[in-house]
Amino acid sequence: MKNIEFRTATSAQGGLVVMGGVPGVAAGSRVQLRDHAGRLRSGLVIRTADDAVLVEVFEGTDELDLERTWVRFLDEPFKLPLSRDILGRVFNGAGLPRDGRPPIISADRRDVNGEPLNPAARAYPREFIQTGISAIDGMNSLTRGQKLPIFSGGGLPHNRVAAQIVRQAKLLGEEAAEFVIVFAAFGASHADARFFQESFEESGVLNKVVMFLNLADEPVIERLLTPRAALTAAEYLAFDLDYHVLVVMTDMTAYAEALREVAVLRGDVPARKGYPGYLYSDLAELYERAGRIKNRRGSITMIPVLSMPSDDITHPIPDLTGYITEGQIVLGRELANQGVYPPVTVLPSLSRLMKDGVGKNFTREDHPHVASQLFASYAKALEVRGLAAIIGAEELSDADRRTLEFADAFERRFIGQGEDEDRSIHETLSLAWDLLSMLPPETLIRVSEDELAKYHKGTA
Amino acid sequence: MGKILEINGPLVKLELPQTVIGEQVRVGRMGLVGEVIGRDGDTALAQLYEDTAGLRPGEVAEGLGWPLSVELGPGLLGAIFDGVQRPLQAVWEQSGDRIARGVAVPSLPRNKAWHFVPDAALHAGSTLAGGTVLGTVQETESILHRILTPPQIHGELLELAPEGDYTLEETIGRAKLADGRIEKLQLFHRWPVRTARPFKQRDHAVAPLITGQRILDTFYPLLKGGKAAIPGPFGAGKTMLQQQIARWCNAEIVIYVGCGERGNELTDVLEFMPELTDPHTGRPLMERTLLVANTSNMPVVAREASIYVGITLAEYFRDQGYDVVMVADSTSRWAEALREVAGRLGQMPVEEGYPAYLGSRLAAFYERAGRVETFAGDHGSVTLIGAVSPPGGDFSEPVTSHTKEIIQTFWALSKELADARHYPAVDWLESFSGYVSSAAKWWAQEVDPNWENARAEALDLLAASEELQRIVNLVGVEALSSEQRWTLEAAGLIKEGLLQQAATDEVDSFASPEKQYALLAALLEIYRQGMKLVKLGAPARRLIQMPLLAQARRWKSQHNSEDLAALKAKIAAIPNAFEPLFEEYAVTPSTLREATP
Repeated sequence: MKNIEFRTATSAQGGLVVMGGVPGVAAGSRVQLRDHAGRLRSGLVIRTADDAVLVEVFEGTDELDLERTWVRFLDEPFKLPLSRDILGRVFNGAGLPRDGRPPIISADRRDVNGEPLNPAARAYPREFIQTGISAIDGMNSLTRGQKLPIFSGGGLPHNRVAAQIVRQAKLLGEEAAEFVIVFAAFGASHADARFFQESFEESGVLNKVVMFLNLADEPVIERLLTPRAALTAAEYLAFDLDYHVLVVMTDMTAYAEALREVAVLRGDVPARKGYPGYLYSDLAELYERAGRIKNRRGSITMIPVLSMPSDDITHPIPDLTGYITEGQIVLGRELANQGVYPPVTVLPSLSRLMKDGVGKNFTREDHPHVASQLFASYAKALEVRGLAAIIGAEELSDADRRTLEFADAFERRFIGQGEDEDRSIHETLSLAWDLLSMLPPETLIRVSEDELAKYHKGTA
Repeated sequence: MGKILEINGPLVKLELPQTVIGEQVRVGRMGLVGEVIGRDGDTALAQLYEDTAGLRPGEVAEGLGWPLSVELGPGLLGAIFDGVQRPLQAVWEQSGDRIARGVAVPSLPRNKAWHFVPDAALHAGSTLAGGTVLGTVQETESILHRILTPPQIHGELLELAPEGDYTLEETIGRAKLADGRIEKLQLFHRWPVRTARPFKQRDHAVAPLITGQRILDTFYPLLKGGKAAIPGPFGAGKTMLQQQIARWCNAEIVIYVGCGERGNELTDVLEFMPELTDPHTGRPLMERTLLVANTSNMPVVAREASIYVGITLAEYFRDQGYDVVMVADSTSRWAEALREVAGRLGQMPVEEGYPAYLGSRLAAFYERAGRVETFAGDHGSVTLIGAVSPPGGDFSEPVTSHTKEIIQTFWALSKELADARHYPAVDWLESFSGYVSSAAKWWAQEVDPNWENARAEALDLLAASEELQRIVNLVGVEALSSEQRWTLEAAGLIKEGLLQQAATDEVDSFASPEKQYALLAALLEIYRQGMKLVKLGAPARRLIQMPLLAQARRWKSQHNSEDLAALKAKIAAIPNAFEPLFEEYAVTPSTLREATP
């Protein structure tokens, strides 16, 4: 069947082509279309019956006609050729080179959809990854094999934060050389793509990066394939070649919008805000490819970046993402406007796996308690700040004034740091104790009395 | 033998005459399994539990002759199954890290022999009815597996095997049915998951389910055999709370259904549970636990089935006379799976794309909870705890609002509390329990007769403080009277010293009912003592500076449930801490200092 070209298109609109009278086409099979100008397009079979086969065309149906469109069914799913040579290369969303170098030739070609990992085969993420950013390491720690998205908004420096994490991420004390990066951008602007490329170049990691780019002016349907191709490469690097892979995907909002666009064309029933009901499952198919596997050395740690439409965390995209991922790092406009970088809004930020990756055998014994205390004290301080805004700072008690000073110092010194400042976890923790020492010890009930005696500078 | 006509995502149109709706089908060369959900003339519509990529029109399809069923017998405990009861551990050994399609592995191990002890009262000629206990197998050290007669069998026992080791395939007995047919009996039987297992009659739920979590047990109790929901936006600690319940609750069997949730959560349970011991029996927790996992990246149709697989397993252990807790995380994903299939079938959506039958399906599912008298004359219960994941944390969305009408205990999680790292983030104003008066009887009998009053007093205090907090937010704390400031402080003490509970803290993670009540009574005692002083004219400022308040906030993590004597000594000493102030402000300290009852 692979070698036969059919010219039986019966309808074409909005990226979908219906082929009549092609029996026995496999669901999910890849399709090659040749249009009247001889240009090749690719597509996927999304519904198949003997009398009608529905094909989704990645490059869209513009300038297609029914009479001069030839279609070949390739009889296999979308596959990505894989070899060690993918490191240092740049591909498009469909896995073809876009760096002017020859395509990857390999007998090892894998279905980009992957197969679900057996939960019994997973190993639980435990090792602490130091990002050098205090707001993350100290309070929302990343562990190897975790998926921790950055929730951001238009105009916020999420790309700079993601690039800083990529530059600085390391495991405490070992295996720095085995770290590689898979970077996928979909719907990204040319400027963003260049920013990352230059950032990788400057830090000298370019030969350890695989990039998959689908830019804002490129086919929308290809956007659905881009993260899948990237994750297939990541799985190969992690579980075949034993690398620790850090996957950065940006921007998930563009991905979900592409999904919505295609769903509307297919006529799927919309759920919230026009997004299809399967948005959750679809996002999960991507996010759940992060992790570790028993008896395998490599791992996939994932940092998806998404911009929240109108900074709304309850929008379906951040909302469903938050249910699947293991926490989120939320960037906030208020801090950014005050010039705090990275503007991590710590209260809605969370790392679900932190509890198992920090503390005694991983970072330092007091780490979980310090983190919990910082959260509690800062939450309290924000209440006082809200009050001060109403009744005026003069009316506050001395204790409240100290709390306010703590909040300011916490934002400027702990959350705020340089874009090239790489803080060790010990620096982060001792900074935390400097700040907590601004508060009276009896108000610090999340840390133990022993820890207070040891680290609180007011009790020494 | 039929054939495939059309493939559309997980839905497949088949030419399969005479099939019955609900029948299992095996489809295509890969042998993918699914179930028939509709008939139209000679064509049938089936939904497949596995990804359909690669399937072609024209390939074969066959009906298997039975509905989706589970295998019930020894070998269930400690295992992890997928949404259609495939044993994931065995699948891993057979097909590797990724779940290959079309793998057929029996749910229960066939080669393992179990030591069967026949029931002494049974002999040839005994009358058998569905649910009669044929004998027992000591499956784990803490759980005695009672081998039940399948519910549909009624007749006469012809023979029963003597004590000995038998595999599941071996016959352990034969029964003659009323119509003369002879059925063989094995250590296991099958039961269709969408049909509730029968029992003799429903019973009143009487005893509370003790979870060791203070906000749940003390404030919003759930009974064994009850129905509860945990709704919460993401990041509010839903999973953590459910895991705490699975870990510490005093049920005999815990079934955890991960329905459309993260794979790592199941891994966490699998890795963590074996290291923990059951606080009630001292045995490893995994011995009483069973997992059903359809993680969010596994096929969506099996997600819909996974909830029914879980509840059927729960009913089976209930029928053996056990108290079972089933935690379903999350029913929203189940509802979404329903919505997805309904959408593909072109059914008319009502709210947010959900089909019109969402409410009735949810209600029917929760009705499978309850405490019953089994056919064998025992009492067993299924307690159902369903997590709900409302989009955007909006409790007015269809799944949450339908669920709220069905359940009796509602543990509402709050994003605000979670953001302030107040865990468990159960909102004390939004939550409710319809079981308080039943639970009160138990607490009065087992712990303290004053439980119901103390609980009400603490809740009043919390509600009052919420009002006061609103005033403070407008005009500042200075505008409050001393009495009001003390109320606010005491409510803070209850929140931090009682409601907050650290799951990761070894001591604090579990609190026995006695400890829960001791802490509650102690904090209320502080409140009352202080209130008396305020009424005598002491300024609240003085009271708030007392070191006792900071100390009392730490008691929960300083004394574990086995060692309450030291805690009680501290509690008895509460009046002493107030003594200097009483001497300062009271005219006749000796009469006023008496501890309040």
